[in-house]
Amino acid sequence: MYAFAYQRPTTVRQVQSALGKHDDAKLLAGGQTLLPTMKQRLASPSAVIDLGHVAGLSAIEKKGRNIVIGAMVRHADVATSDLVREAIPALAALAGGIGDPAVRNRGTIGGSVANNDPSADYPAALLALGATIVTNKRKIAADDFFQGMFTTALDDGEIITKVSFPVPAKAAYVKFPNPASRYAMVGVFVSKKGSDVKVAVTGASNEGVFRAAGLEAALKAKFNAKAVEGVAVDGSNFISDIHGTADYRANLVNVMTKRAVTKALGK
Amino acid sequence: MISVSMTVNGKAVSAKIDPRTLLVQFLRENLLLTGTHVGCDTSQCGACVVHVDGKAIKSCTTLAATCDGASVVTIEGLAHDGALHPMQEAFRENHGLQCGFCTPGMIMSAIDIVNRKGHDLDEHTIREELEGNICRCTGYHNIVKSVAAGAHAMAPK
Repeated sequence: MYAFAYQRPTTVRQVQSALGKHDDAKLLAGGQTLLPTMKQRLASPSAVIDLGHVAGLSAIEKKGRNIVIGAMVRHADVATSDLVREAIPALAALAGGIGDPAVRNRGTIGGSVANNDPSADYPAALLALGATIVTNKRKIAADDFFQGMFTTALDDGEIITKVSFPVPAKAAYVKFPNPASRYAMVGVFVSKKGSDVKVAVTGASNEGVFRAAGLEAALKAKFNAKAVEGVAVDGSNFISDIHGTADYRANLVNVMTKRAVTKALGK
Repeated sequence: MISVSMTVNGKAVSAKIDPRTLLVQFLRENLLLTGTHVGCDTSQCGACVVHVDGKAIKSCTTLAATCDGASVVTIEGLAHDGALHPMQEAFRENHGLQCGFCTPGMIMSAIDIVNRKGHDLDEHTIREELEGNICRCTGYHNIVKSVAAGAHAMAPK
């Protein structure tokens, strides 16, 4: 790991001013991606700004018909939160399936969302639930936020403070983990609210997380696993690697969607 | 250089460190607590697991600086007055190790599992929860047995 200046602000405003003072600063949330990346010297920020002591980023609240989760809330805390488990059990289950227990004790929702790893679980939940990302500057709809592998709508100096999730009627997340790394080769989050159905796919595409329009249309017509059968998934821009071809992943998207719908229906 | 202060195994410690010092480096190189191991150095193997404020974390993927003010427990902090912690005793009794390299992390993770899931752990739960700890010798069988036995032994009498 290359040397860096370490900063420990206590307010979002101080974080913003620290970001302004360094050309190439990185925000440190749980560090479960940033630190391994720095150890491999794939990242060498001039400054690391530790969000661990910043006030107001660690609450889970119910606000009207939304569950609002602070950016620094750890995966383990989302997984075990009574509020989340009651309102959006699929989200609690997703958080409880990220990495391993020790990683879940450190990793945060804000870090995962800001990083937008193409195999990360959280981005699928945000897209499929129609979440809103709240920053120090504005509110961004999930549909506008994720802009391709490791790319988001965040501007320089912009800090995620919380994520707001509308409570769905039904939802489920199912992933096919790589047998060795346990990362999602394909993960599908399905949600239903009134007549609206959203299907978000992670792990599959070279462009990162995306919504599957064909599957959504089929499920809007009839919300059951059978409706998905035979619905083609366009895999032309999917990841092909030693773990699976693009066609294999395209088929997995269909299979995972069926399983997610079945799970969402409580069957 | 920055200053950090924390409690390690009940003792207050402070030092001036390079900000890039990992918690595991701080424990091993500054405090000479070499029971916490570095296996993979990529947060997969779990040999470096310690407790920070009561929760199991991977100390190879945590900056010492972020633990300022925290309370850290390592494998060296478990035994008291010459008596092994019940989980250590269970690993000894059930031969839950061969070379022993992964054992400190296994035991720290095992205690964390008991803290979260209670004293009555079935085999499936133990195997799922040990996802972040890798052993290259045992095939896990006796480790699972040890964790189940240790969990029972940790129950208040």
